[in-house]
Formats: sequence, C-alpha cells, structure tokens
Amino acid sequence: MDYLVTHSPALIVALPLLAAFAIPLISRLGPRVRAVLCLAVLGLVAALVAILAVDVHAVGIRLYTFGATAPEMALPGGYMVPVRIMFEVDGMSIFMGIVITTVAVASLIYSLQFLNGQTGQARFYSLMMLLYVGMMGLAFTGDMFNMFVFLEIASIAGTGLAAYRTNMADAVEGGFKYIVISAVSALMVLLAIGILYAQYNVLSIAALAHYMQYTTLDMMALGLLAGAFVMKLAGVPLHMWAPDTYTVAPAGTTPMILAASYTSMYALYRITFTLYGGHIDTAAIGWIVIIVGVLSMFVGVMMAVHQTDIKRMMAYHAISQGGYMLLGVGVGLAVIADPVALANYGRDAMNGGIFHIINHVFYKAMLFMTAEAIFFRVGTRDTNKMGGLARNMKWTAIFYAIGALAISGIPPFNGFASKLLIYQTVLSFNPVLSVIAMFVSLVTLASFAKVFYSAFTGPEMPGYKEVREVPKSMLIGMGILAACIILFGIFPGLIVDTIVAPATEALINQAPYINAVMGAAP
Amino acid sequence: MLSRIVRTVSNQLIVFVLIFGLYLIMHGHDSPGGGFQGGAVVASGVAMLLVAFGSGEIIQWLHVRRLTVVACIGALVFIAIAFAGTGTTFFYNFLLGTPIFGGVPPPGPGHGHVWSGGIIPLMEIAIGFIVMAGLSAVVLAMARFSGGKEIEE
Amino acid sequence: MEHIPLNFPFLAAMLLVGISLYIIVFKRNLIKLVMGVAILSSAINLFLVSLGYRAGGVAPIYTDAPEGSMVLPVPQALTLTNIVIGVAVLALMLTLVIHIYRNTGDIDSHKSRILKG
Repeated sequence: MDYLVTHSPALIVALPLLAAFAIPLISRLGPRVRAVLCLAVLGLVAALVAILAVDVHAVGIRLYTFGATAPEMALPGGYMVPVRIMFEVDGMSIFMGIVITTVAVASLIYSLQFLNGQTGQARFYSLMMLLYVGMMGLAFTGDMFNMFVFLEIASIAGTGLAAYRTNMADAVEGGFKYIVISAVSALMVLLAIGILYAQYNVLSIAALAHYMQYTTLDMMALGLLAGAFVMKLAGVPLHMWAPDTYTVAPAGTTPMILAASYTSMYALYRITFTLYGGHIDTAAIGWIVIIVGVLSMFVGVMMAVHQTDIKRMMAYHAISQGGYMLLGVGVGLAVIADPVALANYGRDAMNGGIFHIINHVFYKAMLFMTAEAIFFRVGTRDTNKMGGLARNMKWTAIFYAIGALAISGIPPFNGFASKLLIYQTVLSFNPVLSVIAMFVSLVTLASFAKVFYSAFTGPEMPGYKEVREVPKSMLIGMGILAACIILFGIFPGLIVDTIVAPATEALINQAPYINAVMGAAP
Repeated sequence: MLSRIVRTVSNQLIVFVLIFGLYLIMHGHDSPGGGFQGGAVVASGVAMLLVAFGSGEIIQWLHVRRLTVVACIGALVFIAIAFAGTGTTFFYNFLLGTPIFGGVPPPGPGHGHVWSGGIIPLMEIAIGFIVMAGLSAVVLAMARFSGGKEIEE
Repeated sequence: MEHIPLNFPFLAAMLLVGISLYIIVFKRNLIKLVMGVAILSSAINLFLVSLGYRAGGVAPIYTDAPEGSMVLPVPQALTLTNIVIGVAVLALMLTLVIHIYRNTGDIDSHKSRILKG
C-alpha cells in the first residue's frame, strides 16, 4: 500500500504506456484478451488515481523525482536547483487526473463494441492508451520541457485517433488540421521554454517560478505560451480546428480529444497562476481571459445554432462552454490581488470555472457518444435526415435528454450547479457578463431542444424502422457518465468541497507548489 | 528498381551502414550517438535498399507487421528496465556499481568505456530497436503508399 | 568566426520562424504547409542550440574533450528530443497528406476541403 502511494504518480503514467506497447502483441491472442487487458490496466490506473487523490487531499503535494535515490528528493544534497525530471501532483493536477481517468474509462468501455468488425483495432487501443499517457503526464508534470513532450505525445496520439477512419476524406482532413495546430502550438511552447531556460538555467516549473523576474523576455514567453495553449483549447479566435476534429473523430475518442483540450486549459492555468503568479498584472490578464471567454461563449453558440451536422453542433457548443470556464477563472484572476473581493466572489468564481471543466467534460462526452450512437445505427450525422428515433433507441434518447438539460444548466443536473456559481459570482463582478452568460445558456437550450425534436420525436421515418438500440457496452459507457452527471447535480456542494476547492486553492496560492521543490534550497 | 551498378553498390554498402548504425547504438552512453541516431542510420539503409531495388522486392522479406512487433518489444524492454528501478524510484539506475555495466569511465580525454553507464546502455539498445524497426516501418509503409496504382511513378 | 556577432544565430532563427509562419498561414499546397512546420521545427532547433553556445566552447563530450570550456549540453538534449518528435510529427503529417490525396485527388487546401462552416 505504501509502495503504491509512493510510486503512484509514476505508475499512473507508466502502466498505460506499458499497455500501449503490449496491445499490438497481445492482439494476436484475440480481441477478448485485448479488451480484458485494456480494462484491467485502466481499472488499476483508476484505482491508483483514487489512492493518489486521497493522499494529495490529506497530506498535500506529492513529488516524484525520476531516477533519484528517493522520490521526494528534488534537490540532492548541495544542489541549488532541481536537475532531474519530476512529477509534482497538487490539487489542480489530481483534479485533472480524475476528469481524464473517468472519461477514459467510459470511452474505453464505449469503444469495445463500437469498434466490432473494424480493422486496425490494435492501433486504436494503443493510441487511446498513448493519448491517456500524454494527458496524465501533462497534468502531473512539474517540468516545462516534460510538459512539451507530453503535449506532443497527446497531439500525435490524438491525431491518429481523429484520423482513424482513413477511408473517410473528412476524417483525414480533421486529423490533419489537428496535427498542424498541435505541431505549431507545441513548437511555440518550445520556443517559450528556450527563452525561459536562457534566462534562468532551469526547466522545473517550481524553480522557474522561484527565480521569475518578469522581464520583457518573460512577457514574450508568456505571450507565446498563452497563445499556444489558447489555440490548443479552442478558444475564439483560434478555434477553427475544433469543430472539424471533434466532428470526424470516432465516438470513443471524441471525449478523449475533448479532455485533451481541457488539459491544455490546465496547462494555461498552471502557467498563468503558478509560473507567473505574483508578477503579472492580474487585472489586465484576467480581463484578457474574460474577453476570450466571453467571445468563445458567444461565437461558439452563434455558430452552433445553424449547424445541421449533430456532432458539429456539439463541437461548437464545446467551444462555447469552454468560454464559461475561462470566464469563471478569469474573474478570479482579475480580483486575485484584492483579498476582500477574492473572498467575496473571486474564489467562488474560480470554483465555478473549474467545476465547469469536470461537468462539461462529462456531459459533452456523453452527448458526443449519443451522437455517434445515432451515426452508428442510422449512418448519418445530418439532423434533417433523422426522425422518430426515440421509438427504437430509448436509452440513447434518454441519455441525450440528460446531456441536453445538463448543458443548458437546468436543475437537477450538474451543469446547473457550476453555471449557477458562475452567474452569481460574475454578477457581483460585472452584471453585463452575467447577462451574456445566461443568454448563451438560453440559446444552448434552444439549440439542443431543436435537435431533440427533429431527431428523436415526430413520426417514424420509413427508412429507420429496423433501427435497433446500440450494443450494451456503448450504453454502459454512456451510463457511467450519466450517473456521474446526476450524482454531481444532486451533491454539488460535496464535489466542490472535496475536489474543486483544493484545485482552486492550488491555483490561487502558488507558494506550496514552489516550496515543495525549492524549500530545501540554500 | 535502379541500374545494376546501383544495386551492386548498395548491396555491399548496406553491411557498412548496418555496422555503423549498431556501433552508434552500442556507444550511445560514452560518446556521441545513441539509440535514435543509430536506429535512424539503420533505417536510412533500408531506405537505400528501397530506392535501389524498388518497394516490391523489399516488402517480400521485410514485413511491416514484424517490424511493429520488434518496435513494441523494444519499447516494452525500455519500460521494463525503468520499472525494475521502482525499488527506489522509477528510472533509478540500479546497475550502477554492479559488475554489469557498472564501471565509471576515467575523466578526461580517452577512448570510450563501453562497460559503464548502468542501465543507460541497455536503454539505448532498446531505443535502438524501437527506432530501427519503427522508422523502417514508416519508410516501408510510405513506399507502399506511393507505389500504389493510382499514383504515377 | 570572430567577426560574426554572437547574436546572429538568434536573428537567423527568428527570420526562419517568420518565414515558416508565413508559409503555414498563406500557402495552399499541403506539402508546402508540412514544409513550413519542418522549417519552424528547425528554426527552434537552431535557437536552442545557439542558446547553449559559448564563444570558443567545445563539444560537451565527457571522454573526448580537449581543454577549454564546454558548451551547455542541456539545450542540445532538448534539440535532440525535438528532432525525434519532429520526425514522428512529419511522418504523421505526410501520411495524412497521402491519405487526403487518395480521398480527394488534390492537395490544394482550398480544393480538397470538405469541412466548412
């Protein structure tokens, strides 16, 4: 048990990596063995994430230095700066870990029967594990260069998954857009890392934050990093790739790619709060984040309304919902220097923004899955060609309805909880922003209701009489997420207190993160 | 397929390319080189054979599937070595000081000291296999892609 | 070598970044776009290597170093990692371009485009 707690940060990343390379070999023994292996590895990793989460919330930041004589030994005797690659898991990292792991488990179960009869399944599961490794590494790493490497792993694996159906022209095109955007943004990140390394001679995030001077070069590096991560998280005006890539990716993987976008959002927060915290002009940067958020919210929803492709519509909504998260955290960042405002509404705004990440990933992942379930049975994503599907696909219709109500912020689903937090706190900050947020929510509801009526209700279409419900594993995958949505909607206070508040605290207060590494420095 | 001269020369040259690649892999830990560089050299040898003999002939005896297996085994060995260190930490160099690759090269100029570096030479060899097989598979797959009927030579 | 100013490599790297971004944004041929990404990657490699350079420094080879100060090895390690990743990314991009050509018969980004709006 002690062994597991100590080594869990490394094992969480290493076990799926091992599985990723074992899968092509194991696949020769048959698909059933492979499915068991995938499930076993992800199940074990999920248990490890749970153990690590309990440990981090109880004890504090967990450090893991690779290759050192002890995992906690960030600074070997006599060293002024950390020289080894390390993982540093705090409240925010483990929060992302929980989000990613839950989505990965649901996606894996969903994919098991979804892929039946398709070629190249071994590669599919390998890439899925690699994407998981990339995201978890990005969330856990305490090293700038390591962050770049995991970002690239996630990008390459994500591209492979988005372009998995290479016989479809649109899939390849979506994948190509994703890799171009990812490559450019990752190289921008590397350029910024070079600039930072040139000045401080360290790569560890904690050590960089410790020595940060905030010179002109640092501002340039911040601009590059922020631009790169906003591009990766599909914030307006750098969102063009998102609808294409989300639309064409096979269903089990769209949620994973969606989660990868929010892992980039985590990286953005890590950079602005931890690395540059205490130096930047928080009000100005906070307002920039708010403006990007409001633009994303508004443009995303306006583009979504007139889409006829169901997954494309959901992809634009994903951009729009990403705006809520940026809005919540941006308000927190704007008032972070003012203790009274921070205590009054800033902290709650950040809670809302971060809580919205987990809520949104869950319901949007489930919505993407329902959309692909329809595509799986009906063979089209065009909402105008669907109709009366609720008769034969009862569960899919129910899951879609749950997701649609959650995304529009209707109680008692989880979207309501986080959106209410955002509305209330933003109202105290700036009422206009709050009104915009509510308006966007209304349009979202209208847009999803329209699709529900056209796809699921109405007279039975003659061509779809033989349509059946999707296989069990797909229903279980969606069911896991639906259960989480309802659970989070009923007990929002519990979730906020247990996992969201530590994440917010980790962002607001950067000192523990730095001291965990640099505390022993002379 | 190119002319007889090219084929004969590349037939002889491939031996040297392979030896140079393996040399780079073996000496990755004590001199410039390493698994990736050596593997890339070997893969460039495969590319040379592809150009000289045409993809049809090479694909008959070098299968992408087999290369994938080699690459996967290399990756598994790499991670397994890293796992073997979890008695202390992941990636811990547990061979340092032991009779196997445990030596420390004398400081200052001198010829290389292969029997040193702990787990690093083993990992370099594993990486060498990954890159050798992986890059060869990429080159082969691309040759097969562009050798298709729909694309003119 | 003495009359070349030391910050010349940085200017060259920034020039290359500018060229590659121009290519990525404005060129319509997908192969050219891939080349743009390759140039961007090389530009950043040049930037990283020149970061670690010291005037008169020698290559940081432990067993074969002549007298004198070594250049910093860490940026070289970063460059090497970026080269490795760059190979993977370029191979993947070119594969996707081949697939796009097969599916649409064109590698002009305006003509082969299906996803719009």
